[in-house]
Amino acid sequence: MVKVVLWGSVRAAAGGAETVEVEAKNVRQILDRIGELHPGFKDRYDEGVTVSIDGQIYVDDWFQPVTEDSEVYLLPYLEGG
Amino acid sequence: MSQIHVSTTLNGDPVEYLCEPDETLLDVLRDRLGLTGSKEGCGSGDCGACSVTVDGRLVCSCLVLGAEAQDREIETIEGVAQGENLHPLQQKILDHAALQCGVCTPGFIVAAKALLERNPDPSETEVRYWLAGNLCRCTGYDKIVRAVMDAAQEMRGA
Amino acid sequence: MLDKTKDPVAERDFKVVGTRPVRPDGVDKVTGRARFGADISAPGMLVGKVKRSPHAHAKLVSIDTEKALALPGVKAVVTRDDFAENKKQCDVLRNIMAREKVLYDGHAVAAVAATSATVARKALKLIEVEYDVLPHVIDVDEAMKPGAPLLHDDMITKGVDPEPETASNIAQRYEFGHGDVEKGFAEADVVVERDFKTAAAHQGYIEPHACLASFTPDGQGELWCCTQGHYAIRGFCADLLGMDISKLRVTASEIGGGFGGKTTVFLEPLALALSRKTGRPVKMVMSREEVFRASGPTASTSSRVKVGATKDGKITAGEAEFRYQGGAFKGSPVQFGAMCAFACYALENVKTVGYDVVTNRPKQAAYRAPGAPMAAFAVESVIEELAVELSIDPVELRLINAAEEGDQSSFGPTFPRIGLVETLEATKAHEHFSAPLGPNQGRGIASGYWFNFGGATSVSLNIQPDGTVALAVGTPDIGGSRASMSLMAAEELGIAYEKVKAIVADTASLGYNEVSHGSRVTFASGLATIEAARNAKKILCARAAKMWEIPEEAVEWVDGHARPAGANAGDFEPMSLADIAKVAEQTGGPISGHQEHNASGAGASFATHMVDVEVDPETGRAHVVRYTAVQDAGKAIHPSYVEGQFQGGAAQGVGWALNEEYIYNDDGRLENPGFLDYRIPVCSDLPMLDTVIVEVPNPGHPYGVRGVGETGIVPPMAAIANAVSAAAGVRMTELPMSPPKLLKAINAKKANGSA
Repeated sequence: MVKVVLWGSVRAAAGGAETVEVEAKNVRQILDRIGELHPGFKDRYDEGVTVSIDGQIYVDDWFQPVTEDSEVYLLPYLEGG
Repeated sequence: MSQIHVSTTLNGDPVEYLCEPDETLLDVLRDRLGLTGSKEGCGSGDCGACSVTVDGRLVCSCLVLGAEAQDREIETIEGVAQGENLHPLQQKILDHAALQCGVCTPGFIVAAKALLERNPDPSETEVRYWLAGNLCRCTGYDKIVRAVMDAAQEMRGA
Repeated sequence: MLDKTKDPVAERDFKVVGTRPVRPDGVDKVTGRARFGADISAPGMLVGKVKRSPHAHAKLVSIDTEKALALPGVKAVVTRDDFAENKKQCDVLRNIMAREKVLYDGHAVAAVAATSATVARKALKLIEVEYDVLPHVIDVDEAMKPGAPLLHDDMITKGVDPEPETASNIAQRYEFGHGDVEKGFAEADVVVERDFKTAAAHQGYIEPHACLASFTPDGQGELWCCTQGHYAIRGFCADLLGMDISKLRVTASEIGGGFGGKTTVFLEPLALALSRKTGRPVKMVMSREEVFRASGPTASTSSRVKVGATKDGKITAGEAEFRYQGGAFKGSPVQFGAMCAFACYALENVKTVGYDVVTNRPKQAAYRAPGAPMAAFAVESVIEELAVELSIDPVELRLINAAEEGDQSSFGPTFPRIGLVETLEATKAHEHFSAPLGPNQGRGIASGYWFNFGGATSVSLNIQPDGTVALAVGTPDIGGSRASMSLMAAEELGIAYEKVKAIVADTASLGYNEVSHGSRVTFASGLATIEAARNAKKILCARAAKMWEIPEEAVEWVDGHARPAGANAGDFEPMSLADIAKVAEQTGGPISGHQEHNASGAGASFATHMVDVEVDPETGRAHVVRYTAVQDAGKAIHPSYVEGQFQGGAAQGVGWALNEEYIYNDDGRLENPGFLDYRIPVCSDLPMLDTVIVEVPNPGHPYGVRGVGETGIVPPMAAIANAVSAAAGVRMTELPMSPPKLLKAINAKKANGSA
């Protein structure tokens, strides 16, 4: 199981859960599992989601691998100036 | 309203055009004569991106009417380089990386050239106050001021 | 997970990266040849103009275009009726053209295409619009109050449990943090808590929005425009006009500044719609007034920050609430503010809450590190006060608490290798740090953080028959990036910088490229350029191998030459890139390298700014007399343009801190939509802006690059506020610290002092 911390707008989209534990080997599987738990979540991540894995930030990158030891945060979609 | 016929000298060449009585010199340069090097940043004389000289005097061409150019000598950014040879100000702006987006650059060069023609050895403060009518949002002016001072020094042969 | 071993990047000996050559587009820009958004024309071109709402908030009852259309020279008018409802781009659609209501002064209600600007202007006056004026709200705190005029009667605040039953102007509540702040504050010896406000500042690019659209009867569109992201513009426009993306080709003109403000559409869909209706090219250019009234400034904010620390300077807890209004639609950058607020500090207990609020102002657009500067202003002001209370030097206080590799960030993830400490150390080591101050002068210091990111990127590198290289990137060059790309390509290929020419290709020529934002260009397009060059080198080596009749693996690329790898490979004279390019056709065809990727591995950038300000106690005028910006660039590819980013960020920060603000009258109309009254810093307002480039390599980039464009605007407002407060002897908590406000504060203090 991978522990995923949800923050910002992502948390609201996933029904307010602070963390979820899911069986997943990559980012897409994490998103799919959360989507199964929280139907409203799918629309949100279709708009884009940022994932931090072990401190490294990935934007819309489905196949980044994760393991049980990974530190995973789902963050709001980042936009810059 | 009928258009006005204007004969003028532009970057050393004789030029004739028709313009509306309320048309600015900037619009004439850009839309009628195809000289788009002068930019419109504000249309109210606040940003200096449209700087040109009229009989050697630095003006915002958005505040001058096209009709006022009759029998004058107009100099724009397009007339600053001599053939393949860049003006020292142009070269120094490049060398100092004194531009980022570059949209204000023509105005700065025209304005700085007018300064150095009057005062070949300006202090930093003099450069800053002379160029205070030219807005740049990218650079913070640091490299522009350095480039102008450096060009002045080169032009003095120092 | 966190590799603290020595980074090979730092040891690398660069040949061209790190030099300061003239940029490839330089001569065009100093001679007036460079073509910006408004500098292009087409045969038969019409002029487009926009009719805008004079009201801050009103129902749009009816729009009558009959008289306008009857005016000779008027070819078409478009209104809300010309755009289909679009669920996906619901807010963008309503922002480019009002539908049910006008939501701010300057909101577009119609656009006209005519044979001349004069006719178009006349036509605008003939368009009759009936409004039913509604009460409006401008201030963020007012907009949050119960009973405030509602912009959207279906806006139910998200992120609140239980979900509210009634609509409000609060789009969403966000929360970030970890630990237990109550416990943290209980452990503190000193707690400072303050309220702050910041005004809306405009990106202030000198070039107004401009475009030329051409739509042919077979449904093909072409668009020329000044934008930070022509692929994104293409997507918005195709969606709003209901056309295939492949049928719209967008060319990015030279861009006269963006700073985030040119990452979305305003005129472009209108020009395309007008061109579609008339069958003629349509050019549209905003006036400066339109830029201020209708294109994005950033959010205005109100906030409360509380920080506690022990006597020896250890911060025990940080807590903040941020309220950002982002104009008439949801999407203010409050999330990023709440995430970045305490990012400089390693905190056990931290909590930030953000509210995204709508008001009757133009929809905010991204502005350089969106959301972070306002939060940093508040937090770094409080940190300064703590330093004073604890009698600890402000840099020392920051060093005691500075976030480092391995610390959990205030927004969650563990930090990888970062360079905040290095910027603080460089600040302390700078001569400015201990230089004496004159009378009425104060020194302020502040640090700041921005994420930086990568994203979708596509680059093509074509080796020409003469051995030169054409490099096509898809990220508009907003500050000299073509020079940086050329440097990286030259470095990787082992050829001279002058042999590479970088261009920004149109949307039909490369795969999708994410917008030039998020300080991503030098990182992401640079990474793609390096990979493209590496791919080209493989082909170059393979061609040499063919000619030498040895295996490909037996050839290596060294210093711009293919050469046999080791003695066993054979004895052949190395072949230069030009040698191989010359016979490319005969050895298999043209040689190119390309790279398409979603770049990850961006490195965050921290900065520390130090500023001396002199305050005139009689007029309240604050004047910056010395400025030093220190920032971690990872690796400076073209140091002059890196310095330029630091300086530009600092200068914009000076404006935001001391003068710039959106001023509305009681009717909700913008009172200062021009550069005379919205005063950005001019040359005589500023001193030279010293820079220190710190290079803590980003492990996620082969040369160590971090983005540098945005972080530079995060610390200035706080640094200047700290300096002004020190100079004037009174704490300033509202931006801008314009002369009337500062004078009032000074006089109030005097009155209190004498009382």
